[in-house]
Amino acid sequence: MSSIHPDEVTTGRLAGVVAGVPRPLDPVTGDGTLIDDPAARAPLVLNDRSFHEITNMVCGYVENKPGRWWLPTISFTGTVAGIGTAMILYLIITGVGVWGLNNRVGWAWDITNFVFWIGIGHAGTLISAILCLLKQKWRTSINRAAEAMTIFAVICAATYPGIHVGRVWMAWMMFPIPNANSIWPNFRSPLLWDLFAVSTYGTVSLLFWYMGMIPDFATLRDRAANELRRSPTGPTVAPFLKTRTASVRALVYGLLSMGWRFSHRHWQRYEKAYMILAGVSTPLVLSVHSIVSFDFATSVLPGWHTTIFPPYFVAGAIFGGFAMVLLLMIPSRELFPNMKDLVTLRHLENMAKIITVTGSMVGFAYLMEFFIAWYSGNPYEQEAFINRATGPYWWAYWTMIFCNVVSPQLFWMRWARTSAFWIFIVSLLVTIGMWFERFVIIVTSLHRTFLTSAWGMFFPTPVDILTFCGTLGIFTTLFLLFLRFLPAFAMAEIKNVTPAANPHAGDSRGHAHGGH
Amino acid sequence: MKKASRKVYKTESGERVYGMMAEFPTPGAISHGAEHVRDAGYRHWDVYSPFAIHGMDEAMGLKPTRLPLLIATLGLTGAGLGYLFQWYVSAVLYPMNVQGKPPGAWEPLTPITFEFGVLFTAFTTLFGMLAFNRLPVFYHPLLKKERFLRVSDDRFIIAVEARDEKFDPARTRALLEKAGATRIELVED
Repeated sequence: MSSIHPDEVTTGRLAGVVAGVPRPLDPVTGDGTLIDDPAARAPLVLNDRSFHEITNMVCGYVENKPGRWWLPTISFTGTVAGIGTAMILYLIITGVGVWGLNNRVGWAWDITNFVFWIGIGHAGTLISAILCLLKQKWRTSINRAAEAMTIFAVICAATYPGIHVGRVWMAWMMFPIPNANSIWPNFRSPLLWDLFAVSTYGTVSLLFWYMGMIPDFATLRDRAANELRRSPTGPTVAPFLKTRTASVRALVYGLLSMGWRFSHRHWQRYEKAYMILAGVSTPLVLSVHSIVSFDFATSVLPGWHTTIFPPYFVAGAIFGGFAMVLLLMIPSRELFPNMKDLVTLRHLENMAKIITVTGSMVGFAYLMEFFIAWYSGNPYEQEAFINRATGPYWWAYWTMIFCNVVSPQLFWMRWARTSAFWIFIVSLLVTIGMWFERFVIIVTSLHRTFLTSAWGMFFPTPVDILTFCGTLGIFTTLFLLFLRFLPAFAMAEIKNVTPAANPHAGDSRGHAHGGH
Repeated sequence: MKKASRKVYKTESGERVYGMMAEFPTPGAISHGAEHVRDAGYRHWDVYSPFAIHGMDEAMGLKPTRLPLLIATLGLTGAGLGYLFQWYVSAVLYPMNVQGKPPGAWEPLTPITFEFGVLFTAFTTLFGMLAFNRLPVFYHPLLKKERFLRVSDDRFIIAVEARDEKFDPARTRALLEKAGATRIELVED
C-alpha cells in the first residue's frame, strides 16, 4: 500500500486520475485485499483513491470514449439480439409450433429460459438489499452493476411467458382487466401469483436502481455543467451537428437527477428510504423465486410436487445470479481503466464463497429429492428421479450435477477462489449448470408422466436455440449500454466507505480539530 | 406575516441575497462546523456533501424523518386494497369452482396481497422521499455557483439562507469563520 492519504492533493491527482501502479500480485494478499487476519481491515478501494479520483474514474466511463473493443462487441451482441427478436416475430406470425415443444412436453425451453433469467436477477437484489441490511460494505462496488443485471434479466425473463401463450395478442388476459366477456383471472392459480410476483419484482428493482442512481446522475450533471462553462468548445454529438455531448449530458442527467443538490436534509430521508427499500426488497426477492417454484410445486406431477422447491429454487437463483455477476464483472474490470481499484480480488473471492455455499445447498437439495422419492414409497416419484439420472436425458442431469455441485467445490482451494481466471471458468460452468437444472426439472418431469401413452421426447428446433441466444444478446447489449451511459458504480456510496469519509478521520492527524 | 418582518438583503449590484455558503475541507471539519451553526440557533441552513456523512443528523440537530410513517400507512393500505380486490373478483364478480375450494378463502390470496403491499411501499418510498425533499426542482440559486457544483465530487459546504431570522451578513460570516470554514461567499438568489 502506498502511504498517500486520500485527502492529500498531489499534482498527479489535480491533473485527473493517476493510473494504478501495476504491481505483480502478491502470493499472500493478491492485490492487497486478500487479508485473512480479522483484525486488519482489507481496503475496499485500492491505490488510496481520493473522492475526486473516484468521481473521475466512474464518470470517465460515461464521459470518455470507450476502448476500441466496445463498438465491435456491441455490434455483435446487437446482431444476436436482432436475430432473437426476428425469431420472436416469426413465432408470433406462425405459432408455437415453430418450437420443439409438443403435446407430451408442453413446457420446454420457454419456461426453462424464463426461470433461468428470473433466477439470474436474484443476485442483484441480494447484493443491493440483503447485503445492505447486513452492512456488508464491499457491496458498494458491485451493487449498481448487479442491480442493472437484475433489470435486464427480468426483461429477458418476462419475454417468455408473454410469447409462449400462443396467441400473443391475447396475452393481456393474464392481467385482471375488466373485459366484455366479464371473465376474470383465477387468483388461486400460482401462475397468476407468478405474474404479480415477477411484475412487482421488476418494478421494485427498477425503482430501487433508479433511486440509487439519483445522486450519481447529479454528479454527472454538475460535471457536464462545469465543462460547458469552462471551455467554449468540446466534442460534439456527431461531426455534422453542433450540439455538444456535454450539453446533452447536462440535459439528460439533469432531468434524471430530479434536481438533487446533495443537501443533508435530503440525504437523511434518502438514507431512510434506501433502508426501507432494502427492507422490502429482501422478503420480495425471497418470495419471487418461491412463487416461481409454486408453478411446479402445486401441481401433482412427480418430480415437481415437492415441498423443498421454494428454498431450493431461491438458493439456486442466488447461485446462478452470482455466477452471472462474475461473468459480467471479470471482463469489465479487465476492459475498463482502473476498474480493478474498485472491484478487487476480495470482491471476487467473496462472491466465489457465496457460490460454493449456495452450490452446496443446491447439491443438498438434489440429494434430498432422491432421498424423499425413495422414502415416500411412491413408485411414480421414484421412477421420475431414476429416469432423470438414467433415462434419455441422463446427460443433461449429469451435466447439471457436474456444473452445479462438483465445479464450485474448486473454491475450497484458495488459489482457485482468488484467481479471476478460475472464478470465470467456474462461473461459466455454473451458468450452464443452472440452465440445465431448469431444463432437467421441466422437461424430464414432463416427458414421462403417469401413463406410458403420454410419454414422448423434446428436441429443440433452431428457432428455440436462436430465441435463447437472442435473449443472451439482448441481455449483454443492455449491459454494455449501461456501462457506457449510466453511472456503473455507486459513487456516493463508494466514497462513503473510504477511510477519508469517516468524520473522525482527520482527528488522528491533527488535521481538523486536534483529536478527542 | 413572517415574510413582512423579514429583512431583504441585496448585493451591491442590487441582486437579492439567497444566503451565504462556506466551504469546509473534510467530513470531520464540516461535522464540527455544523455543530456550531446548530448551536447558534439557525433554522434555515443546510449541509451539502457528496455522500451522507455519518453522524450528521446529530451534528445538525435534525429530527428523525416522518417518511417511514407515510410509507407504512400506504404500504398497508396497498396490501389491504390488494386483498379486497382479489376477494371481490374471486368471491363476487367471478366465483369459480376450482377443486371444490370456497371461492372467498383467504389463504390463496396471500401471495398477491403481499406483492401489492410491497409495490405500494416501493412507490411511496421513492416518490415520498422526493416529495418530502421538495424534488424535482430544476432551479436552485446554489446550483449557479461553480464552486457549489464541486459538492457532487469532493467538496463540503454549509449554506445559511438569508430568510433565516438570525441571518446577518457580518455575524453569520464570523460564525462560519469560527466554525472552521475555509472559503465564504454570498450567494445571489
